[in-house]
Amino acid sequence: MTLLWGFLWGVAAVATIAGGAILGVWWERKVSARIQMRYGPQQIGPFGSLQMIADVPKLLFKEDIVPALADKAIFKYAPLFVFGPVAVSMVVIPFTAGWAPLDTSVGVLFFLAVPSIEVIAILLSSWASHNTLSTLGGLRATAQMISYEVPRSLAVLAIVLLAGSLRPLDVVAAWRWWWMPLTFVAFVIYFIASIAEMNRGPFDIPEAESELVAGYFADYSGMRWASFMMAEYGAMIAASLFGAALFFGGGWPFGGALGVVVLVVKAVLIMTAIMWVKWTFPRLRQDQLMSFCWKVLTPLALVQLVVIGVVLAWL
Amino acid sequence: MTLIQPVGALSFMALSVVLFSLGLYGALSRKSTVMVLMSLELMANAININLVALSRFSAPAEMTGQFFAVFSMVVSAAEIGLGLALVLALYRQRKTVEIDAMQELKG
Amino acid sequence: MSSTVDGIVFLALAFATIGGAVMMLATRNVVHAAFWLLEVMLATAGLYMLLSAEFLALVQVLVYAGSVAVLILFTIMLTLRRREDAIRDFEPGWGAGILAVLFGGALLFAVERFSAQMRPGVMPEVVPDVAAFGEKLFTSWAVPFEIASLVLLVALVGAVWWSGGDGQ
Repeated sequence: MTLLWGFLWGVAAVATIAGGAILGVWWERKVSARIQMRYGPQQIGPFGSLQMIADVPKLLFKEDIVPALADKAIFKYAPLFVFGPVAVSMVVIPFTAGWAPLDTSVGVLFFLAVPSIEVIAILLSSWASHNTLSTLGGLRATAQMISYEVPRSLAVLAIVLLAGSLRPLDVVAAWRWWWMPLTFVAFVIYFIASIAEMNRGPFDIPEAESELVAGYFADYSGMRWASFMMAEYGAMIAASLFGAALFFGGGWPFGGALGVVVLVVKAVLIMTAIMWVKWTFPRLRQDQLMSFCWKVLTPLALVQLVVIGVVLAWL
Repeated sequence: MTLIQPVGALSFMALSVVLFSLGLYGALSRKSTVMVLMSLELMANAININLVALSRFSAPAEMTGQFFAVFSMVVSAAEIGLGLALVLALYRQRKTVEIDAMQELKG
Repeated sequence: MSSTVDGIVFLALAFATIGGAVMMLATRNVVHAAFWLLEVMLATAGLYMLLSAEFLALVQVLVYAGSVAVLILFTIMLTLRRREDAIRDFEPGWGAGILAVLFGGALLFAVERFSAQMRPGVMPEVVPDVAAFGEKLFTSWAVPFEIASLVLLVALVGAVWWSGGDGQ
């Protein structure tokens, strides 16, 4: 019975991410077009919204190319492990007060720990392509994702400290509006580190097309490439939903079904901000990226933790 | 339906023994230093399973085994970091990761 | 009232653990071996879940999948002069195999002797949560905790010193 539920949740998560990715790509194309004073897709459907539905069959029917020298077993199955952890991590998101698909007492840790499997999959897939450029991209992605996990976890820890629980539902239940100004720095750190975790601009050095073709997924095509892209959009959706739930109180000030709508609206706002950042800032350099993580974000996150500790003692 | 019978601490211990023996075999037989370190991780893992299982089946409220496992993880993380640093140093000097290259101290 | 461990789930995880370890030792490709090690670690996390140690399971995923496996893969990739070196000769190691079998047999014999004292399959019901774990960690286990952090710091400095540039 539990297995059946798990399977159903898995299907639901994959469907959510796939649908979210389709809408997300359309939204990103619209947002980026507005930023660059273009119109974006507009031919198919109202406001071009059916463009992506037309693109999906194209992706599905593309030839599945496996390079001759590739490490075939790893090359074929690594994309599954890139996408899987992201989908799994979504089950702990508290969608409304008192309900999350998987209600566990270590949910916050679950959300932070499970996507770290993705790092290995990216490293292995980049290695399996038997391509120097993609291996370089994979090494860069790994270094970046591991480093930015530290400030990201510390930022989430700020909220955990205030709520006194690792269970996402408890965090949402304990949330008060004055946490927003108090944890604003933590949210900014979480926001930046999440962008770096999903390898999006301006932190997309691992897939910098001007130097590395397309980074770690340069040799992938068709559905396997699509699973990398879905992993990126899935990570974006998951990070936005989780950030909206933890830092902005989930459905606050509403509960029930309206709360879910409010949560999704907040998440869409965060996603739009992520796209806005990507299309506004130029790409960082590798040394800037690393020093920004270790010399700016991590100390800031620690200061934020100390501040919250003081506030908690004073309360 | 013997398969559906609940398992006890003994099954976990047996699993841990098998895993430990495999790790021992790997650590003694491989010539690549990285493979030796990986086998050591396997052994540490086997011991952690044993600790957690015995703690769960005997005195779960104390969680002693879990704490031991956490500290054992800390030590094995430190060990793998140092070990791999050693491998890198060896590679820089000898351009190889074969364990036979580490014979400088042999009398 | 007592809880039990589901036999089928245990068998599946045990198969994944031991099978992964066997594959890790059987494969000739070092990169594949690292992948199998990762698989063993994830299956072990599943075993911890069975033993109601969720926190430990997630720490296992975070530490082993998130960092140890990455470190191993990094080292493998940095120390290969050619990609083809990833595939190594088969090393049977007969002596080591016999020793490991003897050792494992002796241990299994000891475990079997021990079996009379263990009630099969019954776990006490008490399941402390993460909060209790944290509270104990920072009270009764505070000194080992601090020592562990010191060990990590020393290891960090040592690893940087050993693997650091040729400047010294």
